[in-house]
Amino acid sequence: MDIFGSFALLLAFILAVYAFVAGIVAIVTRRPLLTKSARNAGMAVFVLVTLAVATLEYFFFTNNFSLAYVSAHSNSALPGFYKFAALWSGQEGSLLWWSWLLSTYAFWALFLNRKKHPELMPYVGVILSGVQIFFLTLNNFVATPFKVLAGADASGAMHIARLSDGSGLNPLLQYPEMVIHPPMLYLGYTGFTVPFAFALAALLGRYPGEKWIHITRRWTMVAWCFQGVGILLGAHWAYAVLGWGGYWAWDPVENASLLPWITGTAFLHSVMMQEKRGMMKVWNVWLVFVTFMLCILGTMLTRSGVVSSVHAFAESSIGGWFVGFLAIIFLVCFAAWWKNRDYLRSDNQLDSLVSRESSFLFNNLILLAACFAVLWGTLFPVFSEWVTGNKISVGPPFFNKVNIPIALFLLLLTGVGPLLAWRKTSYDALKRNFAGPLAGGIAAGAVTFAFGFRDFYALMCLILGVFVTLTIFAEFYRGARVIAQRDGTNMLSAAGELTMRNTRRYGGYVVHFGMVLIFIGIAGQAFNQDIQKELNPGQSLAIGPYTILSQNYDDIANDNYQSERATLEVFYKGKSDMMLYPEHRLYLASQVSSTMVAIESSPLRDLYVVYAGRSPDTNQPVVHAYLNPLVKWIWFGGIVVILGTGLAMLPNRRAALVLRPAAEGSWAEGVSGGHPSTLQAPARRSGADD
Amino acid sequence: MRARGKFVVGSAIIVATLLVLAYVGYTQSKTYYHTISELSSLPGPAMHQRMRVSGNVRAGSIAHLDGRVDFVLEEEGKSLPVSYTGRDPLPDTFKDGAQALVEGRLGPDGRFVAEQVQAKCASKYEATPGAAPGNSPGATTHPGQS
Repeated sequence: MDIFGSFALLLAFILAVYAFVAGIVAIVTRRPLLTKSARNAGMAVFVLVTLAVATLEYFFFTNNFSLAYVSAHSNSALPGFYKFAALWSGQEGSLLWWSWLLSTYAFWALFLNRKKHPELMPYVGVILSGVQIFFLTLNNFVATPFKVLAGADASGAMHIARLSDGSGLNPLLQYPEMVIHPPMLYLGYTGFTVPFAFALAALLGRYPGEKWIHITRRWTMVAWCFQGVGILLGAHWAYAVLGWGGYWAWDPVENASLLPWITGTAFLHSVMMQEKRGMMKVWNVWLVFVTFMLCILGTMLTRSGVVSSVHAFAESSIGGWFVGFLAIIFLVCFAAWWKNRDYLRSDNQLDSLVSRESSFLFNNLILLAACFAVLWGTLFPVFSEWVTGNKISVGPPFFNKVNIPIALFLLLLTGVGPLLAWRKTSYDALKRNFAGPLAGGIAAGAVTFAFGFRDFYALMCLILGVFVTLTIFAEFYRGARVIAQRDGTNMLSAAGELTMRNTRRYGGYVVHFGMVLIFIGIAGQAFNQDIQKELNPGQSLAIGPYTILSQNYDDIANDNYQSERATLEVFYKGKSDMMLYPEHRLYLASQVSSTMVAIESSPLRDLYVVYAGRSPDTNQPVVHAYLNPLVKWIWFGGIVVILGTGLAMLPNRRAALVLRPAAEGSWAEGVSGGHPSTLQAPARRSGADD
Repeated sequence: MRARGKFVVGSAIIVATLLVLAYVGYTQSKTYYHTISELSSLPGPAMHQRMRVSGNVRAGSIAHLDGRVDFVLEEEGKSLPVSYTGRDPLPDTFKDGAQALVEGRLGPDGRFVAEQVQAKCASKYEATPGAAPGNSPGATTHPGQS
């Protein structure tokens, strides 16, 4: 069976090479049959990598510990869904998983466009298979998951050895999100390959028109959404499993996943400048290129151990391959741009500082600054060792100092930008659109200040958050009122109708609102408290409005772990409120212990309780309690962002009644075929048009 | 062009502000990474910097005292006495023989005062030996070669 799996991988590699070479030949010779053959080969890679993944899963589920990878990451008593997820718990499996997701994306990109863009798709196929060749090289020749364990017998002959049981999955990974977080994040990382392929293909083929920018934007939204979900799930995992009361530590691997998300965000905004005004073409192409390179860099940082991380993966020599691949990508991108730079000439200039254009420029500047700061801080140990010979690392104070002001400025732009007109905005329009929301924000800040909250950044975040929220609701209200008056429907269904007619604009507002919720949740961190205490049965500790009374400690055991569990009664303002059961587990296969946090979550605050085990000095049980305000807003905001992204990807609904012909509809939403301008007419003011 | 000029000035102000913030954050949190053998040969000022040191915990050296935990880190034959004074409980993976990363400052008496300790179980990611007789975990091979 292991031979079946490794042959499937080898064949996938050969087919990817064929798709690459035949694709190039087909572009040069323009032979349609060869073009088709190259495309089919590209799609067949997906089938073969799927077979390899299925083979490895088969080994996990049949407890076949003759494979080194299976025996190192699983054991017989491991629950089924963790056996499934053990596929991506180590180096070799993760890289195979990368290849599989990439081949899935490549399959759909080729399949969905098989009858479209005949001038563009051959280039796309070649670029996609180029990236696949790299990862399949790693899968086949550098880090193969199908290594078998072997031992020599008395005569020195090698035999395949089969262990009776594996050493088990790392207990930190034994949490439900293990099944969903890595796939989501990898769907993000791999997904950015598709917009990269389309952008580079358009540049190489000098594809006429702006069609490619619509395709690129859509695929970027898909990858961006997955990446964001993956990051949030990772944060939630860290919060719920690691037991330190936080969700983000500026760890290199976390940072690495944030980088392409930031540049992807920048691209999704600046791409509008190109669609509406024909500006920023070079910038946009490079943003797509850089996002993809950051994805490769992120995969490298995660997998190679170049920078030490709490994601404690074994150091490996795989980093060199990635550096080489990054160098090749950069050279190809640079050459493609240099040769075709006239193709990307800008049509327009910046007209005014108070305009939609300049708000996008500031948005991009600030996002790139954030990206650069995070990248620099993450790689600082590497750079400093090159330059001074000393390895110097920077910690959370560095990242927070730079990124908190950036985040607040972005929040401001989130409120201001969408309401500024293209080209130039008048002072009257500014006053009309912003006076109300700004007053609301300041009022909210004043009230909180009066209640004794003094943290500057948290207050700013609240003021700006309320301001942005009010501008968003005002937008929905103004648009919906016009529809409600005309159609005689109620405001709610009118707001729904409004959203469906211009999904991109109103979906974007929903995403912005979700980001506001996330920011408010993060600002809640300023008011975290925690307390740690030895807590024998009958003793209690107080934190905020809660009192935690220890009742007893008991032992639980099953095949996978044995656990000591605390039974704690929680009183809220003196009244018995609930029971919490934090645990301290010892996993039997790996002999590693781990905590199970008990979290009582409400919109206002989380009560987060860790049973830290017995104190080594006194042998008394120790309980560590945290009170974290507003954390739930982060997770809820994430769901809102996903919904908003989903909305923005829906095609626009055409209205039955067209108020004005779609004279200018051609430049917007070419992909979805909608005509936002037709139906936006009633809602139009000098403030905004999309 | 006027708008463009204003944009450039605005950008310059933003970038300059961020650079100042970045520098302040850098000086507050920079941490040098040293090996145990380097510590004895550091020049005077470098001795007082915030630093990270890694090594293996010497078996039997962990002593829980009042308000601190003492242990000894070893690497390449050199050793370093460490006192952990942080408030958080030590990680579950911190035990005899574990690979530990300590962060803090070197005291005047040569004892390292750690505020943070990270640890990982050294053997976790290696195949477990001894399950099948005559099996050596290092001898892995590609399928088809054996």
